[in-house]
Amino acid sequence: MDRRWLPALAALAVLPWVVPSSYVVHLLVQVLLWSFIYTGWSLMGRFGLVSFGHGAFMGIGAYAVVLLWNFHGLSPWLSIPIGVALAVAVAVLIGYPCFRFGIAGHYFALVTLALTEVVRSVIVALRDTTGGSLGITPNSVLKDGVTWSVQALQFADKRVFFYIALAAWAFGIWVWHRIDKSMMRYAMEAIGSDEQAAASVGVNVTRTKLAITMISAALTALGGALFGQYQQYVNPETVAGIGVSLQIVFAVIAGGMFVRFGPTVGAVFTLLLTEGLRVGIGNKVNALDSTIYGLMLVLFIIYMPTGILGKLAEKLRRARA
Amino acid sequence: MLNVQALTKKFGGFTAVSSISFDLAEGEILGLIGPNGSGKSTTFNLIAGLYAPTAGSIRFQGREIGGLSATQVCHAGIGRTFQIPRPFRKLSVIENVTLAAYYGQAGRVSEAEARRQAADALDLIGLPHARGEGIDGLGAAALKKLEMARALATQPRLLLADESLGGLDEAEMEQAADMLRMIRRERNITIIWVEHIMGVLMRVVDRVIVLDHGEIISAGLPAEVAADPKVIEVYLGSDAAEVQEHARGRDDGARR
Ligand SMILES: Nc1ncnc2c1ncn2[C@@H]1O[C@H](COP(=O)(O)OP(=O)(O)OP(=O)(O)O)[C@@H](O)[C@H]1O
Ligand SMILES: [Mg+2]
Repeated sequence: MDRRWLPALAALAVLPWVVPSSYVVHLLVQVLLWSFIYTGWSLMGRFGLVSFGHGAFMGIGAYAVVLLWNFHGLSPWLSIPIGVALAVAVAVLIGYPCFRFGIAGHYFALVTLALTEVVRSVIVALRDTTGGSLGITPNSVLKDGVTWSVQALQFADKRVFFYIALAAWAFGIWVWHRIDKSMMRYAMEAIGSDEQAAASVGVNVTRTKLAITMISAALTALGGALFGQYQQYVNPETVAGIGVSLQIVFAVIAGGMFVRFGPTVGAVFTLLLTEGLRVGIGNKVNALDSTIYGLMLVLFIIYMPTGILGKLAEKLRRARA
Repeated sequence: MLNVQALTKKFGGFTAVSSISFDLAEGEILGLIGPNGSGKSTTFNLIAGLYAPTAGSIRFQGREIGGLSATQVCHAGIGRTFQIPRPFRKLSVIENVTLAAYYGQAGRVSEAEARRQAADALDLIGLPHARGEGIDGLGAAALKKLEMARALATQPRLLLADESLGGLDEAEMEQAADMLRMIRRERNITIIWVEHIMGVLMRVVDRVIVLDHGEIISAGLPAEVAADPKVIEVYLGSDAAEVQEHARGRDDGARR
């Protein structure tokens, strides 16, 4: 990313000091971490690789860190790379056969959906270690006056995690940008429009798809690890289930998967939506929020497939022309 | 350079290519002709790795390439165009060709070099690209040119050109024929050319192979093939006299 972004990043960096409450800081961290995960997903999604398996990658990242900390005392600085590597390995295990044998579109979506369910089931089944569907909390070092630990990646002050989340988000945007400017984007666009023609000009279709899948899974697992670490709690429904996969897909479609900041807009939008629903209707009507969620997804796919930011960009371009 | 032996392709019970054999020498332009559905494009798809042969062998520069993937065949040095152009819709003209230059040479050239070679190929073919033109505005002739530029950008030793002239007007056809000759002369590329427009083809190619129902029914010099009664019966028909004229009137530019 070039210098022009430094002022914008600086402006974001002072945010935690000017917003009125730590609740707002909490929302900002949420937006940044989810934006990072959504950006990771869109690396595949923008080229037509619609994955419902990202809940699995997120869960693997999140659980690897918490479990290795609780059972082996391994610092997140070491377990995060392990969790990411594990997610990438799973991505290859699923992706390679899919791409090698040309499983695409709906079938690819189904295979990845199954992956998410498998990972969730494994977490639930290993309840003696993982805490099952009740979730698990990383052993806290924040006691007896200790308010932070770099080694444990635990901080009493949310503002510290805000900067970690901001760095992750900026990294995600940077990766998106680099791929957008690379030959890999050409190759993926070519594969997206005609695999045989792409292969005929020398593109290795399987390898290219696998590469983008590995990058996407890695970012998502990193996002999951940071999310679990920030929440100091992981639960199969909140970091690994089909619900998470669906949320990712919905948010990115809503925000716009073909533009750099689309996933970020999607994160802001979905957060406003859930918070609004929570404040507006509370828990009065059971499952109303997920019903509205599903309805909105349908509406977006039909009426605004390029998402909020994509639509806005189109409008701007047309206004200028 | 290319040696095809008893090459066969069956789709289910239907035999599209039936035990064909031929050789191709370096620097040759070979015409591959025949009625609709006679197996010309299928032969290309077999050589180019889109289909795996049911039987037979394809040797290219001494190496068996039958059954390799399209990517591998491209990297081995064979470029191909598609009968119906298959551009990458979301990429601009120059991006389409840059991609081919970069990946067609298996990453052996830098991105900058790929861009330069792509611009070269487009200039050679005569397709504008300087302003980052998109695909959507291109007509039939321009799309054919893009196909050709993309194939050339992979820097092939052998070019498989499938019906490059369909949809072009008289002048554009002459241009395209000149272009094939020029490609051979300047870049020393061997060419197999599938074409229905006999007038132009017969004046350019060194040799002709005629397919019918997946079998080779005739092969030889253009004048010989154009006079072959079997070829006249299944393919040339009432145009035979005119085609023979073209075959005799080959410009000297055709031979080196
Ligand atoms: N993928 C396929 N599956 C089944 N049949 C096929 C397939 N590809 C080609 N064929 C059949 O094989 C035969 C030869 O087709 P091919 O495209 O090679 O003909 P062609 O000589 O290129 O004809 P044209 O001059 O019309 O381009 C046709 O009958 C066609 O229907
Ligand atoms: Mg054909």
